[in-house]
Amino acid sequence: MESPLVPYLPILAVLLLAGLMAMAIPALTTRLGPRSVNPIKSESFECGNPTLGTARQRFAVKFYVVALLFIVFDVEAVFLYPWAVNFRALGWFGYGTMLMFASTLVMGLVYIWKKGALEWES
Amino acid sequence: MSAELVLFWVFAAAIVASAGGVIIARNAIASAMSLVACFFFLAGIYVLLWAHTIAALQVLVYAGAIMVLFLFVIMLLSLTESGPVAQLSPSRILGAVGTAGLLAALVGALLRLPKTLPTWVSDTAQVQRFGTIKEVGQVMYTQWLFPFEAVSLLLLVAIVGAVVVAKPRI
Repeated sequence: MESPLVPYLPILAVLLLAGLMAMAIPALTTRLGPRSVNPIKSESFECGNPTLGTARQRFAVKFYVVALLFIVFDVEAVFLYPWAVNFRALGWFGYGTMLMFASTLVMGLVYIWKKGALEWES
Repeated sequence: MSAELVLFWVFAAAIVASAGGVIIARNAIASAMSLVACFFFLAGIYVLLWAHTIAALQVLVYAGAIMVLFLFVIMLLSLTESGPVAQLSPSRILGAVGTAGLLAALVGALLRLPKTLPTWVSDTAQVQRFGTIKEVGQVMYTQWLFPFEAVSLLLLVAIVGAVVVAKPRI
């Protein structure tokens, strides 16, 4: 039996290359680049302003809603893949099932639109 | 030992190690990143099972979308670097009992597994095909049509729930 891993060999090659690059670039910069360490350079941000507060502050709940809605429509998109691959074989019947599936979610989209959950400023 | 067997043990050990990292790490962000690693190694196990679709979705949906949500929740909770110190409370004891019960149920289910492989495993051609996106699509939109349509209702409930929970604050 042919191994299930064979189609994944290019991904392994990319991962190895990425790992190699991730190690090589910091190694080369520390070896070749000039080094000057001073307190200003070790600060978190170097954009000219002094840093304010901590990075671990609370974020608005809006981010949570956007993330959750993203997951829902991401899962919907996932269901489109197997349908698209079999589009011709499934024919009009498959089109009808996907129409039912998608229209349920369009109702959800209309709901969040009307509720203003997509508005950032309010 | 075949390459698959070696990789299985590599993935299995990495899953256990990264899952341990999720609960051991004191920093919530480090814990979440450990969970990402766990999802990726789990995708490797799915590939070894010829479940290509599930492996791809594991990376796309779990390591992608679900982790974004986890990170937003962590930022929402505003945990400090070290987190609260563990103390014995009724909810913790209940949690421990529940976890022990789940573990017992899982071990019980594993012990009940039949000792012989199901017959369809010997059909090599079918084993190699069944996890591809084409095969999954062919059965999902015909034989398993009702669960598929039910998923859309589940997603609709999730949409409404997200808005209702957060609406007073957006």
